[in-house]
Amino acid sequence: MVLLVFMLVIGGAIVRLRSLFAVVMLSGIFSLLGAAIYVVMDAVDVAFTEAAVGAGVSTVLMLGTLALTTSTEKENSGSGWMAALALVCLTGGVLIYGTLDMPAYGDKSAAVHHHVVPRYLEKSAEEIDLPNVVTSILASYRGYDTLGETFVIFTAAAGVLAIIGRRRRTRRGKKNQAEGSENSDQRSSSEASS
Amino acid sequence: MKLEMQQKAILRVVSKFLIPFILLFALYVQWHGDFGPGGGFQAGIIFASAFILYGLIFGVERLRRVVPAWVTRNCLALGVLLYAGVGVASMLMGGNFLDYNALSEDPIHGQHLGILLVELGVGVTVASAMITIFVAFAGQDR
Repeated sequence: MVLLVFMLVIGGAIVRLRSLFAVVMLSGIFSLLGAAIYVVMDAVDVAFTEAAVGAGVSTVLMLGTLALTTSTEKENSGSGWMAALALVCLTGGVLIYGTLDMPAYGDKSAAVHHHVVPRYLEKSAEEIDLPNVVTSILASYRGYDTLGETFVIFTAAAGVLAIIGRRRRTRRGKKNQAEGSENSDQRSSSEASS
Repeated sequence: MKLEMQQKAILRVVSKFLIPFILLFALYVQWHGDFGPGGGFQAGIIFASAFILYGLIFGVERLRRVVPAWVTRNCLALGVLLYAGVGVASMLMGGNFLDYNALSEDPIHGQHLGILLVELGVGVTVASAMITIFVAFAGQDR
């Protein structure tokens, strides 16, 4: 509960702040608090991922983006803030309405606990024999899903390379060319030829 | 900003001290994922974060000397290939795609082997994807 209040405060601060550097830092803290909540809910694997990705790498990547763009938010003097606020409140309301149907946390009769989960939990020990059932579900029972996720990550990196990683690809051909002198025309021409 | 970073003695010393431990921890998470929290994905992120730390402190050029572009590019594909290759291998050995039982005489051992290899594939891909993305972002401003 305390963690949720902290997250609320940080969320408010993120909205108010104009310095994007501080916003990135706060969103890292936000992720870390999220990870702490996952730990409280006994989802250590998820917490681990959240801490590593949300608080760690994505913060660094956001800082990298700031270095490429600008680190202060533009002053927004538009008059549409009322409509925007109404839209946000409406969306939030709908989302909260959606959670009303969800079973209470830890509810044993919840649907998710009765589909395939009992089968996994009961048979995992004899079929796979790993102490960490999360691993055996992710890598074995749900191997296809994890393969798909790996492909998603591969595609993400390939996409980033294709969009902003051009300089590296051109370097393969002309390795010792002066670093700064490549202009974008050369890049796109060698891109087209390769 | 980059130049300032390179002159910070404390940052350089501390990060040099920390990086081996980060790498070791990543390997621990990778190979111990079967027994505790963690696995290929988290290990890959932690492994990459050691390199990202190095790149932040010492500059992307020096990071590229440690892990050249061809290494991350090939590892990016290698991880996915390893994962899918385990699936193909299990098919060739008489099972379904990604049916690790077929990988060994003993189904349990086959499962262990399959999960280990698959997690390794995930870890390799995630680590090289993160390094690739970081370098693509950080290498732009020069």
